[in-house]
Parts: sequence; structure tokens; C-alpha cells
Amino acid sequence: MASGSVKAAKRYKIKKSTGDHIFDICNYTFMILLMIVTLYPFLNVLAVSFNQAQDTIKGGIYLVPRIWTLDNYAYIFREATIFHASFISVLRTVVGTVLTVFCSAMVAYTLTKQEYVLRKFVTIAFILTMYFNGGLIPTFLLMRDLNLIGSFWVYIWPGLIGVFNLIIIRSFIEGLPESILESGKIDGAGEFRTFVSIVLPLTTPVLATVALFSGVFQWNQWFDVFLYNSSDIDLSTLQYELQKILQNSNTTNSSGSISGMISGMSGAQSSVTPLSVRATMTIVASVPIIMVYPFLQKYFVKGMMVGGVKG
Amino acid sequence: MENNTAQAAVAAGAQRKTSRLGTFARKLKQQRVLVFMSIPFVIWLFIFKYVPIWGWTIAFQDFKPALGFWDQTWIGFDHFKFLFGDERFLRVLRNTLVMSGINLVFGFLTAITLALLLNEIRRVAFKRVVQTVSYLPHFISWVVAASIIQTTLSPDGIINQVLVWLGFIDKGNEILFLGIPHQFWTIFGASSIWKDLGWNTIVYLAAMTTIDPAQYEAAEIDGAGRFKKMFYITLPGIKAVVIVLLIMNIGYLMESGFEPQYLLGNGLNVDYSENIDIFVLKYGINQSNFSLSIAAGMFKTVVSFILLFAANNLAKRMGESRLF
Repeated sequence: MASGSVKAAKRYKIKKSTGDHIFDICNYTFMILLMIVTLYPFLNVLAVSFNQAQDTIKGGIYLVPRIWTLDNYAYIFREATIFHASFISVLRTVVGTVLTVFCSAMVAYTLTKQEYVLRKFVTIAFILTMYFNGGLIPTFLLMRDLNLIGSFWVYIWPGLIGVFNLIIIRSFIEGLPESILESGKIDGAGEFRTFVSIVLPLTTPVLATVALFSGVFQWNQWFDVFLYNSSDIDLSTLQYELQKILQNSNTTNSSGSISGMISGMSGAQSSVTPLSVRATMTIVASVPIIMVYPFLQKYFVKGMMVGGVKG
Repeated sequence: MENNTAQAAVAAGAQRKTSRLGTFARKLKQQRVLVFMSIPFVIWLFIFKYVPIWGWTIAFQDFKPALGFWDQTWIGFDHFKFLFGDERFLRVLRNTLVMSGINLVFGFLTAITLALLLNEIRRVAFKRVVQTVSYLPHFISWVVAASIIQTTLSPDGIINQVLVWLGFIDKGNEILFLGIPHQFWTIFGASSIWKDLGWNTIVYLAAMTTIDPAQYEAAEIDGAGRFKKMFYITLPGIKAVVIVLLIMNIGYLMESGFEPQYLLGNGLNVDYSENIDIFVLKYGINQSNFSLSIAAGMFKTVVSFILLFAANNLAKRMGESRLF
């Protein structure tokens, strides 16, 4: 059988027509072009972030910095606001991700218990929220009434559990062999013990997916900072600081001028320009994610497949 | 006599009811750990997702923040009537529909095409590299993306450089793309595709792996070439997934996104970039006109709800018909 398929493959290779070759060449060329289009903007911003600021204004920076420098990075990390904002970004990412993963997994586990009397009720309560939401202003008013405005927890509570996460964790647990889950019961472990010591370790692949989605969501958020805590600089995040710079360059509409944003930042130095600071912050705000996601690819692809079918 | 039996029946019914309630209570007590593990989150859900719906009442009031709920003046549908006579709201509605339409049509076409082409690549390592790279823009925030897009589109950005190099424009006449109002939809569409193209292929590639290889072999024996196999085996093989996703996406027609429009929009292209979400934000937060803002948001949610519900039912029915 095996030799037969090898023979078939060989014959296939021999039979490869010139049309096939042309198609392959076009296809590979297209893929390389696609990668260039995807990556070039990043690499360009990366080059600008390592290039001397005054020199960048002259233009002509593409993939390699002309005058290498670390001044731009030194500048933003000396800037107390940005340093603190990075700290808040990390904090909300860690706290938000841990809580989301643990709570979502716990609820999802109860939903896999066929004998649980409230299973239907809880499921429907969650599923319904996929169809509607109160909208921006009612949610804003709710946060105000809950005294969450000006608080760190406004970043955590509203997005604690997502229905999509529930669905992918639930279907993963349902796919586990029944016998393993039952083994806890025989040992006399309660539901919570079973969940913590048996289910959690066995679901790490799907929890990695949920952690990635949740971590990316938390790290990338700027809108809730803008909406709830824009007047509280102590709760600002990296993404929001970048958004403010972006908005500023939008209104002044001249990417090269030092006015506007630098005057808004304390300790203005002539060695940096808004353009370079923006590029540097863009890199700092995206590098943590770029470092992580390729390693979780196998997991999130699987998660998307489950979610795509069931969701 | 008759009276008696009726009474007995009522008593029996009541007993059955209490006994059913009893079993329920007993089970609930038995499963109290499960209850403790899930009900706190249902309370969370109620507060954060259901309570805000109550805020919709504000759309029917002449809302004054200083007054309590019972002291507000109720004005019925006046805000809705105003919205549909307002030129700005109608423009915003048009922008919303056009931009989500762009997303829907081009998002689908490009993702399916890329999935088909990726599927034709036999070198596994190369394929994986392309996929990893193509997922990259999905994971960065729209703030970062907007910053990168602004740099790329700026007068000294790469697009202008290439246009100069190709001789389409003269040096010194570089185009300020984000300043041309009617170009915004193009920029929005291109940016959205750039960001999510690779990500959107995941589902299609997954569907393609479920196609039976014997089909390809059979087609080869019949003398089918590359393209024939793509059109007559691969495409029909993912048809079901495409249809279900298409229907589901129609349910999100009112959701054209918020971040790209907000971050790439400016005073010059506002007539084309402003959508319902930005309208809601500007009226609600910047001008504190809660009533009008909630009315606009509520209109969006209600239309979305109807579309989503219809889409879901349709998708389910299609899913069932697939079984036969």
C-alpha cells in the first residue's frame, strides 16, 4: 500500500506539467509578496525607532537605520508617565488573564456536568448575551454607578468571562475521556477538587488559547482607559499613551513638527521628535505580543476551529 | 362526590408540584459546590450585561442627569424621530453599512482566495512561515496598526515613494491619503484586510483538511489539473463552512467596527469615516446628550439582534440540511 502511494507521488511529480510549474512560481511569488506587504510596515517603524530622530525627518529610512541610536528608547523609558503606563499594562494583562482563565474554566466545567440542575439556565443566560448588549452609554452609566470609574478594576470586571471562551473550554472538557474525570470521584474528591487537580491540568492546551486571547485583549485595550480613566494618569496604559500621541499628530497633521506632542510631554529634549517617539512606542507596544503568539499557534488554530464550528 | 374528586386532584397536583420542587431543592443542595462555582458568575453576568439594558429607558426620556428615574419627562419616540430626520445620522448609517459591506465582501473573497492558494503549497515549512507571518497583524492593537498605517500613508511614506518611483506622481506632489474624504473607505478596506486576512483563513484551511484525499486522487486519474481540482473539489468541500460563515456575518452588518474609523478618522475625512459607534460616542460622552446617543445605540442593537437571530436560525437550518 505504502509503496503504491509513493509510486503515485513519483508519477505525479513526473507528470507535473509546465502549467503546474508556472502556477507554483506565481503562487510562491505571491506568498513572498504577501509577507513583504505584511512585514514591511513593521520593519520600517522598527528602523525609524533605532534611527537618530533629527535624521529621520530628512526621510529615506526604509529597512535599515542610517544613524544608529538607542536615544529614542532611552527617552521613553526615562519618561515617568510611559514607564508607569507600561507597568499598568503589564498588571492588567496578568491580573485580567489569570482571572479570566480561572473563572471561565470553572464555569465551563460546571456546564459539562449533565446532571447539574442549573446547567440549562446558566448556559442560556450566557448565550443570550451574544445577541445584544446595553451599548456604550448605559454601560458607562453603570460603571459610574458602581463607582468603578477611576479604578483599576474597571479594566477587569466588565470583560471577565467571554461566551466564546466558555464554548471552546466546554467542548474541550467534553472531549476528555470520561474515565479520568470519574477517577476523582472514586477517590472521594469534591467537584472543586476535581476541577482544580484534574480538569485544570488536563485542559492546558485550551487554557493556553484562552490566555492568549485574553492577554492580547488586555494588553491591546486603550478604549476603556480613554472612556473611564482618561483624567487619571496613574491608571493610563501604554496603548492609551500611544493613542494620545497618534491623536495629537492627527490634529497637528504634520508628522515632522516638534510642536504639539513633545510640548505635552515633560522634559522635552531636542534629540527626539514626535515621529521617532511614536515609532518607538509602537514597537514597545507590539513586541511582547509578537514574541508570544508564534509559540501558541498550534493551540489557537485548534481553538478557532472549535469556535468556528460551534460558535 | 364530584367536589371531592376535584379536591383530591388539586391536592395531588399540589403534592406533585411540591415533590418536584423538593427534588429540585434536594438536588440543588447536593450540587451546591457546582452552584457556588457558577452562580456568582451569573450574578456578575446579570449586573454587567443585563442591567445596562435598563439604560435604554433613557432613550424615551428627556434625560436630566440630576433627576431621579421617576422625575424624568417621558417623550416617547421623539429622539428616534429626530435621528431619522437628521442628515448627519443618515450619513453615519450609510457609512456603517458601506464599511461593513466592504468588510464582508472583500474580507470573504480575499480570505478564501488566500486559503486556496496556501492549500496548494506543498512545502510544509514554507507554508507555516507564511501562515505565522500572516497572523501577525491580527494580534497587534488597532492603535499600533493605525500608527503603522499612518506612517505608511504619510507624504514621505512608502506608498508615496513607490508612486513617485513608478512615475505616477511627481516628487513634491505626494498625496496626503488620509486627507482625501472619499478615499477613506478604500483605506479602511485595505487596512482591515491587511490586519485580518491571515487570521480569517484559519477556518477555511481547517475545513480543507477534512476533504477526503481520495477525491483528489480520483480526479487526477480522470485527468483533472490543478485548477480543476481547486474549483471542483476544494471549493465545494468548503462550501458549507463558507455559507454558514457568510450568513453569520450578515448578522453583524451593523457592526462595522469602531477603532479603525476612530483612529484613522480626522476632520478632513469625517463625512466618510464617522459610523454609528462614533456618533454614539460623540453625542454621549463628548456632548453628554445621553438620550439621543442611547437612542442611536439602541437602534443599532435592535437591528443587530433581529439580523443575528434570523442569521442564526438560517445557519442552523442550513447546517441541518447539510446532514441529508
